[in-house]
Amino acid sequence: MDFSDLPDDELWLQMQDDLYDGMKEEVAAETNEALKRGYGPTEVLEKGLVAGMDVVGVDFRDGVLFVPEVLMAANSMKAGMEILRPLLTETGAPRVGKVVIGTVKGDIHDIGKNLVAMMLEGAGFEVINLGVNVDADKFLAAIKEHKPDIIGMSALLTTTMPYMKVVNQMLIDERMREEVYVMVGGAPVSETFAMAVGADAYGRDAATSVDIAKAYMDNVRKQDKIDKAAAVNQ
Amino acid sequence: MLETIISSPTKTVIIGPNRPFVIIGERINPTGRKKLAAEMAAGNFNRVRQDAIDQVAAGAHVIDVNAGIPLADEPALLAEAIRIVQSVTDVPICIDSSIVAALKAGLAAVKGKPLVNSVTGEEERLESVLPMVAEYKAAVIAISNDETGISYDMRERLKVAKRIVERAERYGIPRCDVIIDPLAMPAGAIAGAGKNVFELVRMVREELGCNACCGASNISFGLPGRPVLNGAFLAMAIAAGMTCAITNPIEHEIKRSIMAADLMMGHDENCLNWIAVSRENAQSAVASGATPMNATVSAADQARAEREARRASRRAAQA
Repeated sequence: MDFSDLPDDELWLQMQDDLYDGMKEEVAAETNEALKRGYGPTEVLEKGLVAGMDVVGVDFRDGVLFVPEVLMAANSMKAGMEILRPLLTETGAPRVGKVVIGTVKGDIHDIGKNLVAMMLEGAGFEVINLGVNVDADKFLAAIKEHKPDIIGMSALLTTTMPYMKVVNQMLIDERMREEVYVMVGGAPVSETFAMAVGADAYGRDAATSVDIAKAYMDNVRKQDKIDKAAAVNQ
Repeated sequence: MLETIISSPTKTVIIGPNRPFVIIGERINPTGRKKLAAEMAAGNFNRVRQDAIDQVAAGAHVIDVNAGIPLADEPALLAEAIRIVQSVTDVPICIDSSIVAALKAGLAAVKGKPLVNSVTGEEERLESVLPMVAEYKAAVIAISNDETGISYDMRERLKVAKRIVERAERYGIPRCDVIIDPLAMPAGAIAGAGKNVFELVRMVREELGCNACCGASNISFGLPGRPVLNGAFLAMAIAAGMTCAITNPIEHEIKRSIMAADLMMGHDENCLNWIAVSRENAQSAVASGATPMNATVSAADQARAEREARRASRRAAQA
């Protein structure tokens, strides 16, 4: 695989196309090529991997792509991320935000939740994936340890989704509810249900979830600026 | 696990339990096809040619050729039909006749390593067919009946199958080149005919290690909705361990059932074959106006078309 003849613009396009098509080796090689040309890891992530994964997210939402294809694309993204991750840490690139995510107690469905996790990582979030069958104590411990900005809960069963409320209530009891933004999702979950269990937002699909998480972090940063400004003025 | 390898001059087909199901196209068979029979008898092979092309296009991995026409020169017709099929397709051939002389003429005419359909457990058939199969280094389908007829006890049928395998080995035909046909009887006449097949396929796999194959259309003989029954039968037979069948891939239900079963067995990597066919069907439905195209799909289609155009120009640049 030799991409040295490609102009930069076409390299980004081909990287996105290959990611869309789940071509892992190609995406890794293109990631290295972009780095070799002097692009920083953040830029490679944005212009190549995230741009490609955005298309995947939209086409999955629209029923154009199917689960095996999205998983293949996500694996290609992972191949690129493995190259970029140490560089991102090294250069101290600002992270977008931190998310703790898991499928709630009693439920072992994880395809959708893993897609969301993967897409969040792709968008630059640091993601702590707690896996499946996660009880309230485990969520709590992870929040204490990692101090995330957002927690994401997933459930695929009508019998397990009420557990989201249990987790939310525990956060309130532990006086930690204000610390985190609570997002929920999963096939039987709806906007109404999300509000009923006390969540802050409902992620209808992977792409939407990423958009909501990003918008929330933007607001947080804006608010930070306002607070800082206010502190300076005082 | 034993694998049966057959071939044409340019293509190799491997039949085995860890591989996608092998479809042997059944259409070139004048039994019950009056037009085809009359044409073949008159030396007109246009339909044979077209059937071969259509079946391969529909997904047949092997083409079965039968020229069983009463009062005709079956050996000569079979040899000619095989030559014609091989002139328009590149898949291996399954030589199908109950007449030993026709099998011999077919073996002499065919290119590559064919399947011979078939030998039975009858002494006279064993002694005439197996030496030919050995001589031409072909593979053979072994039907599990003998002089006493078709037993309704699956243990008995297994015994017949075992006897054929052992006799074949004595003639120097390796076990992997013997494919057992458990004999699908019409389910409309014999209750549990399907279940019997599944049971025997399991025993063949476990006790003989051989591949199993069957004519899949017989199961639905005399019943309505035959393609659906054939498809369900094949999917269940695949679950029981059947690895190939003589069937009609042009029938949508049959082809889809086989593809679905392959997916369930983990023989369709990343489900890409299934997705590709579903996508094609959706596109042809849109093209024929059956379903209205909505705006989001159209935008995605455009992005996809642009992506494909980029790939094509990349390929062109590489070449």
